[in-house]
This record gives sequence, structure tokens and C-alpha cells, in this order.
Amino acid sequence: MPVDEKKLAELRKKARETRKTVLQMIAGAASGHPGGSLSCIEIMVALFERLRLDPKNPHWKERDRFVMSKGHAAPVLYACLADKGFFPKEELKTLRKLGSRLQGHPETTTPGVDVPTGSLGHGLSMANGMALAGKLDKAKWRVYALLGDGECDEGQVWEAAATAAHHKLDNVVAIVDRNMVQLDGPTEEIKRLGNLAEKFRSFGWNAIEVDGHDFGQIMGALDAAEGFKGKPTALIALTVKGKGVSFAEGKAAYHGKPIVGEELEKALIELEGMKND
Amino acid sequence: MTEPAAAKAEKRATREAYGEALLELGKENKDIVVLDADLSSSTKTSVFAKAFPERFFNLGVSEQDLIGTAAGLAAAGKIPFASTFALFGAGRAWEQARNDVGRGNLNVKMAMTHAGITVGEDGASHQCNEDIAIMRVIPNFTIVSPADAPEAKKAVFAAAGQKGPFYIRLGREAVPVMGEREFKLGKAQTLRDGSDVAIMATGIMVCEALQAAEALSKEGVSAMVVNIHTIKPIDEQAVVEAAKKTGAVVTAEEHSIIGGLGGAVAEVLSENHAVPLKRVGVRDVFGESGKARELLEKYGLTAKNIAAAAKDVVKRK
Ligand SMILES: Cc1ncc(C[n+]2csc(CCOP(=O)(O)OP(=O)(O)O)c2C)c(N)n1
Repeated sequence: MPVDEKKLAELRKKARETRKTVLQMIAGAASGHPGGSLSCIEIMVALFERLRLDPKNPHWKERDRFVMSKGHAAPVLYACLADKGFFPKEELKTLRKLGSRLQGHPETTTPGVDVPTGSLGHGLSMANGMALAGKLDKAKWRVYALLGDGECDEGQVWEAAATAAHHKLDNVVAIVDRNMVQLDGPTEEIKRLGNLAEKFRSFGWNAIEVDGHDFGQIMGALDAAEGFKGKPTALIALTVKGKGVSFAEGKAAYHGKPIVGEELEKALIELEGMKND
Repeated sequence: MTEPAAAKAEKRATREAYGEALLELGKENKDIVVLDADLSSSTKTSVFAKAFPERFFNLGVSEQDLIGTAAGLAAAGKIPFASTFALFGAGRAWEQARNDVGRGNLNVKMAMTHAGITVGEDGASHQCNEDIAIMRVIPNFTIVSPADAPEAKKAVFAAAGQKGPFYIRLGREAVPVMGEREFKLGKAQTLRDGSDVAIMATGIMVCEALQAAEALSKEGVSAMVVNIHTIKPIDEQAVVEAAKKTGAVVTAEEHSIIGGLGGAVAEVLSENHAVPLKRVGVRDVFGESGKARELLEKYGLTAKNIAAAAKDVVKRK
């Protein structure tokens, strides 16, 4: 489904609001991961535009499945789930607080979360497991997993990549948030990842590179993935870590450091003026 | 309870019973799926694979992916049994068991074979004497360690019938089949009554414990034998009652004396009713290549060792 200009504008607005919400959630918790949350906002907003879900019935059998494999970006997931109505937006303030359903990393006690994550490298295997179940049941629902690029250092990601290709899991889409920065620094300096699209292709995947902040490209690629049969699809989404907050962009320093106080105010003003694309 | 004439008894491996149980379960319930990591002919999941190829997934030599994929299948409503060798299932994929299966409280049945030192000739790299210890600390898991083939079969059925994560500990070696016994998850079995000492055993050491009790009786020591097939949740009541009745306890397991059945029993007794205790098991060392029986003897895992430990704790009363 081609996306018209009106829809794109709407999505950009939602992205801007989600960025602000997420930064405020993290600041409220005084802990969390702004960098890798800001880089995947458009991806997540686009996905939640597309996923077939029933917020009133989170366990609806025919729902699409989403796995936040880079579990430290949980605030974005929670913001999207709340936006859909899985739980009140008011609850977003409880992120990382004692007794909250919104844990530091995703738990299955949160409505809309099917599998727990937070330890990197696990998500694609679990997505494959769900996809195998879907194939057995001849179901129409699809499975999406969001991975970090640093996460792709994990061997299990490639075990799972081989599994998905071997079983022709064309109901799986792995989206890699290719922001070029991991916890300790740039991915190409820590341990070179190189061309991830080529790596996935060599494992037997269909791979598409997109600008991960461009809704038109993301939505188009998700359409293409759904139409592609016989292979799983990897979307390598080229993004900027800390996107939208000038002093955090491209910096490992804001990977796991909340933006608070004056910095938060500055960030929120910048985001207000952010046009996207 | 009939006692085994161990020497004459029919011998079967618990992994054989596992394969059989899977086949029956597969016929009964189409939600049963089975996963393996390139060891299906050894773990006996090959039996299921042959009958239900569409519900069998061989993930190749990738144990972390094995457990993660099983977690995903469970999250989507299937009842996955995932198998490989205990060392690789519990060891290599421990964090997947902990973070995916345990934390998600997912309906995954980790049925791991080749546990313990009786793996034999493959040596220390494959002899898993640590799995009970490392799986026992993961919340939500039920841990079952069957004593013989019929019990293994019942344990597999019980696991399929109860929602939640399971770790089922199975062996490679053919071991004596003891008579049919009632199996209830979480309920210890008193196989022989006694008043001087309680021997609490699990897995293949149950048969050794019964032989030890027989030998002890000839020396005038009355030994109770309790089969603790469910290591978690442990039957605290049975453990405490046996300690109260006999005043001395020996544990016996084909596992490290650290953190396994001995550890679990020590925890229960020290908090409830402390009595002299001795743990028979692998004494914080790695194994080596050899025949199963030779290894049991060299590493002190026989009826003789249990009987000696029993006499020792009786003296300490
Ligand atoms: C198995 C595991 N090891 C280490 C960590 C700690 N950790 C959290 S995020 C992170 C870096 C991840 O980098 P990337 O996947 O690129 O994430 P992004 O930049 O998208 O935030 C690390 C090492 C973890 N969560 N899990």
C-alpha cells in the first residue's frame, strides 16, 4: 500500500511525539537508553502502523508478532503499545519504577509483549519459533523482530539467521537498526560488521537497505517483504543513533545515559522543531 | 514396592523411554513439536522425527538457537520438547533457558540426555555433572531426574501435561528397570522403609541405593530409600519426615556433590531439621574416558560408596 503525503505527515508527527515521550520516560526513570531508542523511532512507528493487533485482546490468536530483540529500546515499544491502547498512556511514567508493568527490558507481563528480551542475540530465535508455529498452523500472521547492529556481534543471531533461511520463513522480517554505534563506540571500530545486507544475503535471506528515518522507504520495504516468498527478509535500516537530538547524534556516550535537566529541555525544544526527512 | 534384583533386571536407557514417550505424545496431541541440535539419533528424538517429520525441527549444532526457537514455539501455543546433550542444553544454552524460557515462564520442555558421568568414553567434555545445580537456580523450572526407563516415560507425559518450563534429566546408559511405580510430580517415593538412616537418591543412583540398603540390612543397619525424582520443587515434607524418622541422611546422585540433590537436601534439612548428612556424588572433579561402570566405581558412585556413607552418618548421630 503506497503511503500518501497526508499519511506521511501524520506519521512524522507521531514520530516527533514518540521521541519526546520516550525521552521523558527515560528522564523520569533517571535511567535507560536514549541513543538506540531515538534511532528506531520511525521503524517502530511504521511497524505499529502496520501490525495487525487487537489491543483489547492482546492474545488474539491471529495477531502479528513483534519481538524487541534489542530490548534496551523498551521505552519505544511501551510508547507504541500505549499509543495503540494496550494500556493507559499515564502508565508510561512508571517505566523502571518498583512494581511497574513497564520493566527496564521487556517482560511478558506487559500487555502486547509475547516473549521476554533484554539479553542481546535472543530475539531472532524466538521470532523464528513463533514463525514455525505460524507455518504449522497455516496462519496468516507474520513475525517482526528488531535487532541492534551491535547485537549482530552475537553468534546466536547468525544461528537464527541460518535457521530462518533453512526453513524458508518468509513470514519473518528482521529489521536491523543500523545506527553504526554500539555501547562502547562505533561498530566498525569495536568489531567490524561490514555490509550487513550482504551478510544476510549470504545466509539465504532477502535483504533490503532503507533509510531508517524515511517512512516512505520503511513502509515500502515492509510491503515488499510481505510480498517476497520463499525467504525471510532482512531490512537493514540505516539510522542515526540519538536521532533528533543534536548533541546525542552519533554518540556512544548517550547509549545508556539518560538525558535530563537542561539537556532534556534543549532536546525537547529541538524535537519540537524536527521535521523528519 | 518390589525391590529390584538389579543384576538380573532388564536394562534400558531413560533416553529410549523418552523417544517412545514422544512418539505416543505426538499421536495424541498435534501441538507437540520436537527440536534437536544434530544429536537426534543419540537423544532418540529421531523416533519422533521419523513419525512426524513436519513437527520436528533439527536446528543443527546451535544450542542457543535451539532453546530460543523452542521458546518462540511455546509463545505461539505449541508444546516444544527440545533435546541435545545435557552439557550443551543446560550449559551452552543456560542463558536462553534462564532469560527466554524461565523468565517468560514458557511451556518449553528441555529434555536433555547424556547427563552424568555414565556418558563414558567421550570423557569430561561430555559428562555433565553440573546441570541440576545450574538449572535448579532458575525460577519457574520444574526439574525431574527419573530413575529408570518407565519412570522417564511417566515424567515426559507429566511434563507434557503440566504448563511451564521443565528440565528432564536423561541418561545414555542402559540401566536396570525397577518395578512399575506410581509417579507424581513433586512427590518423593519411599521405596524401602528403614529406621537408622535415610538414603535419598535420584536418577540411576536410586538402584544403587536400593542395593546399598540391602547390603546394610545384612550388617544390621536399617536404611530407608527415598527416590527424589522431582528435584524441584523438592518434596520438603518427605525429606524432613525421613530425617526425623531416621536421624541421619545420605544423598546419592550422578552429579557433583555441589548444588545438586545433595545441595537441595542440605538446604531443606539445615533450615528445618539438621541431622548428620553425607553426600555421595562426583566430588568437585572432572571425569575422564572409561566404561560407565568403571567410572561409577572410580568416582565413588556405587552401592558400596553409599553403604559406607550410611555407616558413617549413623556413627555421627
Ligand atoms: C548479551 C548481552 N550482552 C551485553 C549487553 C549490554 N548491552 C546493552 S545494549 C549494548 C550495545 C548494543 O548495541 P546495538 O545493538 O548497536 O544497540 P543500539 O545501538 O541499537 O542501541 C550492550 C553491549 C546485553 N544487554 N546483552
